Amino acid sequence: MRVRRIGALLMTAAALAATLTACSGGDKFVIGVKFDQPGLGLKQTDGSVKGFDVDVASYIAKELGYTPEQIEWKETVSANREPFIQQGQVDMVVATYSITDKRKEVISFAGPYLVTGQDILTRADDTSITGQDSLQTKKVCGAQGSTSPARLVEKFGEAWKGQYLTEQQGYGNCLPLLDQKQVDAISTDATILAGFAAQSPGKFRLVGQVFSEEKYGVGLKKDDKETRDKVNAAIEKMFADGSWKKAVEANFGEFAPNFATPPALEKY
Amino acid sequence: MSTVLYDTPGPRGILRNRILTFVFAAALLAGLYFAYLKFDEKGQFDAALWEPFLQGDVWVNLIIPGLVNTLSAAAVAALIAVPFGFVFGIARLSEHKWIRVPAGAVVEFFRAIPLLIMIFFAQYGGSAVLGLTVTSFTAVVFGLVLYNGSVLAEIVRAGIQSLPRGQTEAALAVGLRKGQVMRLILLPQAVTAMMPAIVSQLIVLLKDTALGFIVAFEDLLNAGARILPANFQNLIPAVIVVAIIYIIINVVVGLLANWLERRSRRSRKTTIKPVEAPQSVGVG
Amino acid sequence: MGALVEEFPVILGAFWLTVRLTLASAVAALVLGTVLAAMRVSPFAVLRGVATAYVNTLRNTPLTLVIVFCGLGLGLVLDVSFSESLSTNYLWLSIIGLSAYTAAFVCEAIRSGINTVPVGQAEAARALGLTFTQNLRFIVLPQAFRAIIAPLGSLLIALTKNTTVAAAIGVAEASLTMKSLFERHQDSVVAIFFGFALAFLVLTLPTGLFFGWLSRRLKVAR
Repeated sequence: MRVRRIGALLMTAAALAATLTACSGGDKFVIGVKFDQPGLGLKQTDGSVKGFDVDVASYIAKELGYTPEQIEWKETVSANREPFIQQGQVDMVVATYSITDKRKEVISFAGPYLVTGQDILTRADDTSITGQDSLQTKKVCGAQGSTSPARLVEKFGEAWKGQYLTEQQGYGNCLPLLDQKQVDAISTDATILAGFAAQSPGKFRLVGQVFSEEKYGVGLKKDDKETRDKVNAAIEKMFADGSWKKAVEANFGEFAPNFATPPALEKY
Repeated sequence: MSTVLYDTPGPRGILRNRILTFVFAAALLAGLYFAYLKFDEKGQFDAALWEPFLQGDVWVNLIIPGLVNTLSAAAVAALIAVPFGFVFGIARLSEHKWIRVPAGAVVEFFRAIPLLIMIFFAQYGGSAVLGLTVTSFTAVVFGLVLYNGSVLAEIVRAGIQSLPRGQTEAALAVGLRKGQVMRLILLPQAVTAMMPAIVSQLIVLLKDTALGFIVAFEDLLNAGARILPANFQNLIPAVIVVAIIYIIINVVVGLLANWLERRSRRSRKTTIKPVEAPQSVGVG
Repeated sequence: MGALVEEFPVILGAFWLTVRLTLASAVAALVLGTVLAAMRVSPFAVLRGVATAYVNTLRNTPLTLVIVFCGLGLGLVLDVSFSESLSTNYLWLSIIGLSAYTAAFVCEAIRSGINTVPVGQAEAARALGLTFTQNLRFIVLPQAFRAIIAPLGSLLIALTKNTTVAAAIGVAEASLTMKSLFERHQDSVVAIFFGFALAFLVLTLPTGLFFGWLSRRLKVAR
């Protein structure tokens, strides 16, 4: 009896899992965005998502002929973006997704719709940090698994890492540390820093000296040239009609001047 | 026991105890007041940091989904770990060396290494070796199953071994086969004896799901330490609220376990003592 | 396999950190746990209440949360700081978290140890006129400790494994080092994993054997 009950339970669980993973059919347009990145893609209290990536994705979806009701937002994290596209779990990914040759082997990119680079965030009243070299003797916070702290360690060495670097779970946890002077700087993509800092106006300063280049692109299924061309056209239109600039200003607040000009598209 | 350690205080003892109680209480209050001052000084009592917890939307869209993920990871892991424990626990008691030894090696291995490195291995090994994408959910469940399953295997083994040998001998004497002895005689008695130990290990499993935070699993701790602060810049209050939720869940499940134990003890027909729970130090 | 040889100094350094983390936390947890146990059997209701509340809170909170709270909260709110070097500072904060958590379990182990000491012992001590502190120090605790050597050994093993959770606040002990080696050598993930697993076996198995031997040797003859 007990065995049968456990069996039934297992079956129910399996069935439940099957329904949960079943593809969302119909004419939905599924877009993968970040859910935990203020300014880029952040899940709001009311369940909606907000950010620059979200605005870009909405604009593209509109140009592709989808109504806002047809859009379904799905969370993608750095590790699962390629598989989600390959497996068709999402139709498009707009999630701080840097265009790299390695990724181009498995998926396609439209864009870039934004070019950024590794920058430094400090407290507004701290003027001693002027660029990457100032970090030699400053306490820096980074996120575990991010490439940004690794770039600094490469430059300053292992001894610097022990003395001046701490790696936390995500850049969000670095902000209170910077605010309360446990660290002097946070260093990663300028967009990410601007997104977090824009939430507390006046508290932080973006140094504005980028020392790497990240091109954010729209991830699409490999070799779907038709969609890629359409998306590129949509992005160009967004640049041209002023919506792009509006989205930058709406999401990056006081740091909008750091992202003043739209980048050139890389069509292929 | 505590009362045999000291004499019932006389008039002077009572006075001294009262004074000391007062001193301890004052020291405690001073400590709390210091913490309060520090919280206040850092603006941690700002209404803006705590107000989100009064909004229904915050709970519905940000906290509850994390809680659901925590509970479902725990439930799935438990559903797999319990059969795993039974299979390996029984296998360790096998008469065949080629079953007993490998089963023992597996159980001892996974009990001796940290859960977190199994989770990391699942995450990286899955894609590096098998070319599979391992979600953080799968990685967490993988680790929880192997570790807790191995601990449960030891509980099962101890439960069966705690039965008097006469049970097996009598069953064999009346002509039951080995499989029947296990299924009809040993397991039903052993399960009763090890129920409390199994339940307390499952509580440990539930707590351990919090390790998922380190691999960015969207669990309850993630909601408190990443999602809420990203919206409201309220790291400390959010972590405190989430801690309270964890404590409430664990206390409730613990009470449930106690009730189960009392109930099973009442209806127990054998005289077998319950299996002692292993050192249930939560890892997560 | 090559990756293990090539990175041997890194791995050794990481495990040395794990060992230091374990030993420092173990000492702190033993001291704090003993104090808590004494509080729980003391004649003062305030102390009993505080210790009980502490134990129940810490035992029901996930260790990851405790460590995150110590790592971020203690520094942010209480201005706790140990060193100008960030890695040393977070190392100490994680030791606080680990020992605060483990102390709750040590306290419970000692309490169960105290319960194994026959009532007559404490009564005889009182009859001789020993006070509560003397009673604990000379009669009850020495016997209690000898009875709980094996459980304390299991706690030490659990603590060794639990030090990996310090990864949550970026302490580069064994598990975090393993993760970064995974990223650096994606072709030898399996070898690296088994290398680290083996090293943990080397740390935990002898501990278990030693405490088993010690508990048999020091067993109180009754």
